[in-house]
Amino acid sequence: MYPRKFDYTAPQTIADAVAVLAADEGAKVMAGGMSLLPLMKMRLLSPATIVDIGRIDGLDRIEDRGDHIAIGALVRHAETAASDLVRVHAPALAQAASLTGDVQVRNKGTTCGSLAHADIAADQTAAVIALGATMVANGPGGTREIAAADFFVDTLTSALAPDEILTEVRIPKGGSGSAYDKLGRRGGRSDYAVAGAAAWVDKPNGTITAARVAVTGIGTKPMLVDAVGAALVGTDGSPEAIAAAAEHATEGVTLLEDLYGSEEYKAHLAKVYAARALTAALGD
Amino acid sequence: MSTTSVLGGVVRRKEDPALIRGEGLYVDDIKLPGELAAAFVRSPFAHARIMSIDASAATAMDGVHAVYTADDVRHLGPVLAQVAVGTLRPPLADGAVHHIGEAVAMVVADDRYIAQDAVDAIFVEYEPLPAVVDLKAAAADEVQAHEGVSNVLLAWSGQDWWPGVTDELPDAKPVIEEAKARDDTVTVSLEMVNQRLIPTAIEPRAVLANWHAGYGSFELWSSTQIPHALAGAIAKIFGLPSNKVRVVAPEVGGGFGLKLNIYPDEILCCFASQRLGKPVRWTETRREAPASSIQGRGWVGTATIVGTRDGEILGYELDAICDMGAYSQNFTVAIPLLGLFVAPGQYNIPTAYTLTCVVTNTPTTDAYRGAGRPEAAYYLERVVDRYAREIGMDPAEVRKKNFWQPDQFPATTAVGLTMDSGNYAANLDALLEKADYEGMKARRDAARADGRLVGIGLSTYVEVCGFGPSALAGLGFSWSEYGQPAAFNGSGVVRVNPDGSCTVIIGTGPSGQGHETTWAQIVSDQLGIELDQIEVLHGDTAESPFGVGTFGSRSLAVDGTATFEASARVKDKAAAIAAHLLEAAPEDIRFADGGAHVAGSPDKTVSWPEIATSAYQPHTLPEGMEGGLESTAVFSPGNATWPFGSHLALVEVDPDTGNVEILEYWAMDDCGNVVNPMIVDGQIHGGIAQGIGQAMFEAAIYDDDGNLLSSSLMDYPIPTAADLPSFRLDRTTTPTDVNPLGVKGIGEAGTIGSAQTIVNAVVDALEPLGVEHVDMPLRPRNVWQAINGARG
Amino acid sequence: MTVNGTTYDRDVEPRTLLVHFLREELGLTGTHVGCDTSYCGACTVIVDGRSVKSCTYLAVAADGADVRTVEGVATDGELHPVQEGFWERHGLQCGFCTPGMIMSSVALLEQNPDPGEGEIRHAIEGNLCRCTGYHNIVRAVEYAAAKMRGEEPPAPDWEVPS
Repeated sequence: MYPRKFDYTAPQTIADAVAVLAADEGAKVMAGGMSLLPLMKMRLLSPATIVDIGRIDGLDRIEDRGDHIAIGALVRHAETAASDLVRVHAPALAQAASLTGDVQVRNKGTTCGSLAHADIAADQTAAVIALGATMVANGPGGTREIAAADFFVDTLTSALAPDEILTEVRIPKGGSGSAYDKLGRRGGRSDYAVAGAAAWVDKPNGTITAARVAVTGIGTKPMLVDAVGAALVGTDGSPEAIAAAAEHATEGVTLLEDLYGSEEYKAHLAKVYAARALTAALGD
Repeated sequence: MSTTSVLGGVVRRKEDPALIRGEGLYVDDIKLPGELAAAFVRSPFAHARIMSIDASAATAMDGVHAVYTADDVRHLGPVLAQVAVGTLRPPLADGAVHHIGEAVAMVVADDRYIAQDAVDAIFVEYEPLPAVVDLKAAAADEVQAHEGVSNVLLAWSGQDWWPGVTDELPDAKPVIEEAKARDDTVTVSLEMVNQRLIPTAIEPRAVLANWHAGYGSFELWSSTQIPHALAGAIAKIFGLPSNKVRVVAPEVGGGFGLKLNIYPDEILCCFASQRLGKPVRWTETRREAPASSIQGRGWVGTATIVGTRDGEILGYELDAICDMGAYSQNFTVAIPLLGLFVAPGQYNIPTAYTLTCVVTNTPTTDAYRGAGRPEAAYYLERVVDRYAREIGMDPAEVRKKNFWQPDQFPATTAVGLTMDSGNYAANLDALLEKADYEGMKARRDAARADGRLVGIGLSTYVEVCGFGPSALAGLGFSWSEYGQPAAFNGSGVVRVNPDGSCTVIIGTGPSGQGHETTWAQIVSDQLGIELDQIEVLHGDTAESPFGVGTFGSRSLAVDGTATFEASARVKDKAAAIAAHLLEAAPEDIRFADGGAHVAGSPDKTVSWPEIATSAYQPHTLPEGMEGGLESTAVFSPGNATWPFGSHLALVEVDPDTGNVEILEYWAMDDCGNVVNPMIVDGQIHGGIAQGIGQAMFEAAIYDDDGNLLSSSLMDYPIPTAADLPSFRLDRTTTPTDVNPLGVKGIGEAGTIGSAQTIVNAVVDALEPLGVEHVDMPLRPRNVWQAINGARG
Repeated sequence: MTVNGTTYDRDVEPRTLLVHFLREELGLTGTHVGCDTSYCGACTVIVDGRSVKSCTYLAVAADGADVRTVEGVATDGELHPVQEGFWERHGLQCGFCTPGMIMSSVALLEQNPDPGEGEIRHAIEGNLCRCTGYHNIVRAVEYAAAKMRGEEPPAPDWEVPS
């Protein structure tokens, strides 16, 4: 309820922010704060320094960069969800953003912040994986790019180094459709995902030439399930083909039971939502 | 007693203008100069010995004024409980802890941030002991929640719990056994869990205590439903007369029973204020609330019906183990008793029951909206449904076949209590017609034919409320343990002020029920004083008549009646004054439109300010009449009241995920006469939402070691707007003759009627798969497991 | 920061939450605290035009921001249509969630003047109410939406005395 004491700094540039992180082991980046502050209030996390990147110019944009779109570190969930660029080129991410938290959370929390937090039951994590996104990290040594599929390492652990900031996520254009769907903790699509799946497909001439499905909520981390996509390639995307491919939805996943689902149930849901996401992705 | 009708009219609430502007003052909004803030060190173990407490670092911190442990407060004695059966809670854990989150030490500091810093700096060494959480294990007494003490506190059973009443009841057991043995009967049983719930008022509890050394008195602000009981308890604990403790319950942000208790923090803030000479505040955090306030429900049990194949129920048995938690507080062991009161529901059937109260290493359970009655209604109405299916009869028909009939009231039930009035079949028929039950069944069947899992759930219920009769004082319906040995009477003061405005002061402790509006309506209806000229005060023990508080759907039927009677007396006196002023006979005086007039002579009028002026200038009064214009009334009802109703839901289950969607929810409640239909409907809405919360979402989940796995709202999901449909309500009106208003009570009805309505609907939806029961909460995982299990 | 049109300049500890700044420092106690995990929404205020939970917001991070609380919703003593809707349609009981609920509803109607029932329910999903079952809150927002569009609000559920 009441965080421990900490120092606060709100640098004006990414370089300054990175410099603070590099100099102070106990420093932690805050964008919207929707993941960080609750942990600090419960004193489960007590950074020595908060580096508020909220005053750095230029991070609050969604840009069309020709072959990809880029979402800056300060873009709120609500902005991701409402963006025409995202809705056209990355509908799975727009849908996942619209199903993240509630209105107030979406107004304050950021897409990149949610990704960097790497919660196992978050929504947009699965979407960026399925969309084949690239994460751009800024650190003392400059920028580096990390494939979304490699970004989520473990529960609440991303590939970011402690002195790196996720400044941007880049989503390639292309493909014929993408979608995200989930079962929420209170049923329906509300709240964190009990299980969710994002799908991206490319079906240029009646035959699927590429497909990616990522799952969230069911295991130790959100992840790409290669076997689903592989099973779809070469098919026509019929309900039967989708059902057969979705059977692979837990391959390689380390399932994790929680209050909302046993491993058996989560494995089942992964297949259900893989199929639903694929069906929706192929629907448009 | 005659029954009059209070004309039910919708008026906007008097409470609202302040609340919608953010000007309502709750305890945490009230600031005193120099106040300090308290925080508690809480146990991380469910059962452990406390080996040592090291508070030296905390005590040395800047801004920390005191750290208290059991050694400092042992002399205060345990936290008083009205039904003092079992181990009572020490204000701070003394030698051992018995549930997760039990308070071990108290910090008082300059502000709450510093207080929490100091809590972090206190080191407690524990030696863990085996914990008991599972109710069957607790009943078997293999592991004891308190070392060396049996877990089994008592069993409410059979003929012996209310000497003089129940000992004259016929023993239902042999009748039921005989029926079971017949070869033309069927017997159905369901073992079911009615899970523990965390009540979760949106306002966390808050306390602000201020000791005035010079006056030798306490002022205590608390978000409580029972200000007078609290004043009595504090007075008793600190050795003061109750008039030296002023308790104020200002705006209270929801109660639902969790604020119907004497809590250690209330005692400890008083203690600390006395010691430190400064006001001391504590505001509960949501994270500690599961342990710092009571929880509700927590039964595991079996309900059994034996009946004929054509729907005649020959006997009902309820055998349950009820979770009391680690310590007994206010009513703890009496909550199952309240359930027992309505065990046979609307049915005239032999009923046998055993409700075993056991102690576990979990926080205390006590009254949560409905308090025993939702549990009882759940077991009964689930197994009635099961029976209906077994014999292939419509669930509505089975119910009707076994109802008490209107001409049988007052009706003495199988548990020995007498119900005031009821018209059950008419109520159910009204619901079925309004909701187009036949059409709904056709739609369900059509959906089923398409392979969809659609179901209809029905439940009826009887509530017992409006406590209550003075004769029940010996059963615990009194605040005697808090030094206030009054029965659960109602009280009200009606005062016409010298300017003709009216002040009504009541002894209730509302937390959103709209008492200011409803009571003003009652008085306005009597006196003809405009609503905006009536001010209703409550919640301050220094100004109000002794009051029992607000719980158990009792306020209107008991305290409302007292106010009605007080206003009638004021009216009589005012009529005599008006008659004197108008030179007419008192019996010809009529009140309306802000004054009095002579019947048949509308021009002969005198206004309320004129009547009041005369009342306060006694030389103008009739010879011998005392000055002033006010009355205090105390009302003691001869019986509780017995509201009832029927609820109906249509749901659809997603066979792939187990997700439940409520398509329609209908309710037909009967709480007797209604003063303000808008407020009554609001109570039903909220009650239904809490019942649906239990049915679909909520569960206080403890692991075998007594760790709470659902400790925040992230893991204790209460319903949001997105989870619920709009509700379709209507009512029947069967007045009671227990009070002259003919009113019964509506605060808990929605909760008592709803949980099993949803479960019955979901089980009906799964009927094609052969599922007979799914335990609450009906989270998708549980429903899917049932589906998956049925499919093999 | 600017709160309800008044500019305040204060030094605060970095760990002070916006809700505590509003309540303790400015005495604006209409904004409530109901949980610690950003779930209940009792602390909802509008910052720079967007509804947010002030319990999950550092006061220092709101430096320079424009904050609106329930105390600033009425203009010149006239109730906002949302406040009027809550009163007219019994959208509150204990009143504790009400300020946050009002702020979420105000924010909704500023963005969507004609929301359907489902849109209203999703818009207030981040505001928990334990008293009303949300039924009359939805009616209150429908009332306000109609009023703000210059239309006659839908009839109430209960009979209007003639």
